[in-house]
Amino acid sequence: MKKTRMSGIILSLSLAMGVLAGCGGEETGGTGAGTIKIGANLELSGGAASYGQSIMEGMELAVDEINKDGINGQKLEIEKYDNKSDAAEATTGALKLITQEKADVIVGAATSTNTLAQVDIANDNKVPLITPTGTNETITVKDGKVNEYIFRTCFIDPFQGTVAANFAKTQFKAETAAIYIDSSSDYSKGLAAAFKKAFTDKGGKIVAEEAFVQKDTDFQSTLTRIKKANPDFVFVPAFYEEVGLILKQGREIGLNVPFMGGDGWDSPKLIEIAGAKSLENTFITNHYSAGDPAEKIQKFVSAFQEKYNDKSPDAFAALGYDTAYYIADAVKRAGDDPTPQKIKEALADTDGLDLVSGKLTIDENHNPIKAAAILKYENGKQVFETNIKP
Amino acid sequence: MEFIQQLVNGLSLGSIYALIALGYTMVYGIVKLINFAHGDVFMVGSFVGFYAITFLELSFLPALLLSMTACAVLGVLIERIAYKPLRNATRIAALITAIGVSLFIEYGMIYIRGAQIEAYPNDVVPSANIDIFGVTVKSQSILILGVAILLMVLLQIIVHRTKIGKAMRAVSFDADAAKLMGISVNNTISVTFAIGSALAGAAGVIFGVYYTRIEPLMGILPGLKAFVAAVLGGIGIIPGAMVGGLLLGMIEALVSAAGFSLWRDAAAFVVLILILLFMPQGLFGKNKKEKV
Repeated sequence: MKKTRMSGIILSLSLAMGVLAGCGGEETGGTGAGTIKIGANLELSGGAASYGQSIMEGMELAVDEINKDGINGQKLEIEKYDNKSDAAEATTGALKLITQEKADVIVGAATSTNTLAQVDIANDNKVPLITPTGTNETITVKDGKVNEYIFRTCFIDPFQGTVAANFAKTQFKAETAAIYIDSSSDYSKGLAAAFKKAFTDKGGKIVAEEAFVQKDTDFQSTLTRIKKANPDFVFVPAFYEEVGLILKQGREIGLNVPFMGGDGWDSPKLIEIAGAKSLENTFITNHYSAGDPAEKIQKFVSAFQEKYNDKSPDAFAALGYDTAYYIADAVKRAGDDPTPQKIKEALADTDGLDLVSGKLTIDENHNPIKAAAILKYENGKQVFETNIKP
Repeated sequence: MEFIQQLVNGLSLGSIYALIALGYTMVYGIVKLINFAHGDVFMVGSFVGFYAITFLELSFLPALLLSMTACAVLGVLIERIAYKPLRNATRIAALITAIGVSLFIEYGMIYIRGAQIEAYPNDVVPSANIDIFGVTVKSQSILILGVAILLMVLLQIIVHRTKIGKAMRAVSFDADAAKLMGISVNNTISVTFAIGSALAGAAGVIFGVYYTRIEPLMGILPGLKAFVAAVLGGIGIIPGAMVGGLLLGMIEALVSAAGFSLWRDAAAFVVLILILLFMPQGLFGKNKKEKV
């Protein structure tokens, strides 16, 4: 008992000192000595470990490349913190990286929940935070107000709906479209609303709006209804478990028009459930495609494979890689003494930065505007189709 | 044509409900117990079929038979371990035990293999579309309906033409009198559980082949719907369960077809409430006054 109390006192003392030290660090800002410290608060273990690890790999590759030449004579340095895919741990990590490690920029986390857990700390301590893959809208904008120090490298969810509508219009000259959503998911509703707006703005007509709930197995009746409405294009912004069945049953009743969805489709299970045949003439939007022939992307893919034993970089790795370049670009423009405040301003001013996942411009809500990759399913495999701008 | 197409759509789902409902009704008929673990036997049957097809590389029929056998054994085990000791306890005790068994099987399955989904291979039975006067019928739906009807006919023969069937009817009518006549009540009840569970296992494999996606909690909703189907047809009455199941499948298809797809699950339970309010004996039941 005594022992635990003693260790408790020591713990709280050290915590208090950490906070005090943090106050000191904040005044000066930056570590100086020619290095910019990136605090990587990522899911290196736990449920979302594969996301965090991919981001880390991409980031390490980018930092190695950037440090070859340096940025205005400065180098980047990564300080890792494993938040164990846990929101409370992510909060602790952000605090530690800012107050003890004196990070100039925080990168993380991979998931929206773990990012939201650190937003207030970064904002209060005036240290810029960039999430490579946190797609939730409320990360950068809270109650209609922009979180000044919070940024992201990925596009937000509803953006995929806009891209899909553009794709339907340009690629298929679609006049009419049907939307079939998962009414138990905000992700699905957000994408559908964006699709509807963009599609009707361009003169298209939504002829059917149907919904299902998670875990449904029989979609035939609703699909028969959609078929009767005779759309040129069907948008199904949902997750692979149900999408697989929808595609299978849709093709079976002879609904052979193009189907499209977002990154929620992206799972090998989709192919198992739907079967390669049902997946013909279907498309998804994603952050990036390793199959894109663009020179910049192929250079990244081969550099990545060289460093990590022929492993193919996924979207998380690409966004991690881009995040490091995004920071490097901001540091470059932040002048001779890049304090966190100056870096933040430079991050917000980013305009037309050429990255692996597209040309990055930051809008007033700190959300990126950039092209999305469209992937097509061919023989049960994803093949790069095209890039579509919003 | 649209209307008929939707009815055809509902038929396949209805046959699956009917197969599960048969087990509910048989068990209720004989021990007056709503076996809520029945939907989970259906789930186990689906997984046995899946592993038989993918790992043992069996074709559809052997996998179906293997799954039915495994479920029959499981059903008897459940009865012997969980329900038999409670045979003379209050009905609510047995009912709560049934819910406990149901949760045990669901989460036991998750413990063993995780909660992730599994997908039946797409080529277990050949699939083709047959066009009849503008109505598209899948060859798989015909197979489902065929297997379901075959099993139900078989069941009718067992119940009405065999010795064990006679014993089942006797126990269902009056267990004590049957015992005095030299019928082994315990064995008869076990056989009833075995047959009912085997039908649920068959429904599981058919479901997997038709709908592809299976997971450990897949039995909950079809189980409840089948219960509604059994009540709709008149609980304890075998032809009633079959008609109730098919009817419920079609009602659901028509609700979706009318554009209320989100209300589909609710519709099944509205049917339950209406039946209980206005026709508690079900479509095929005889209205019998309870003696006090």
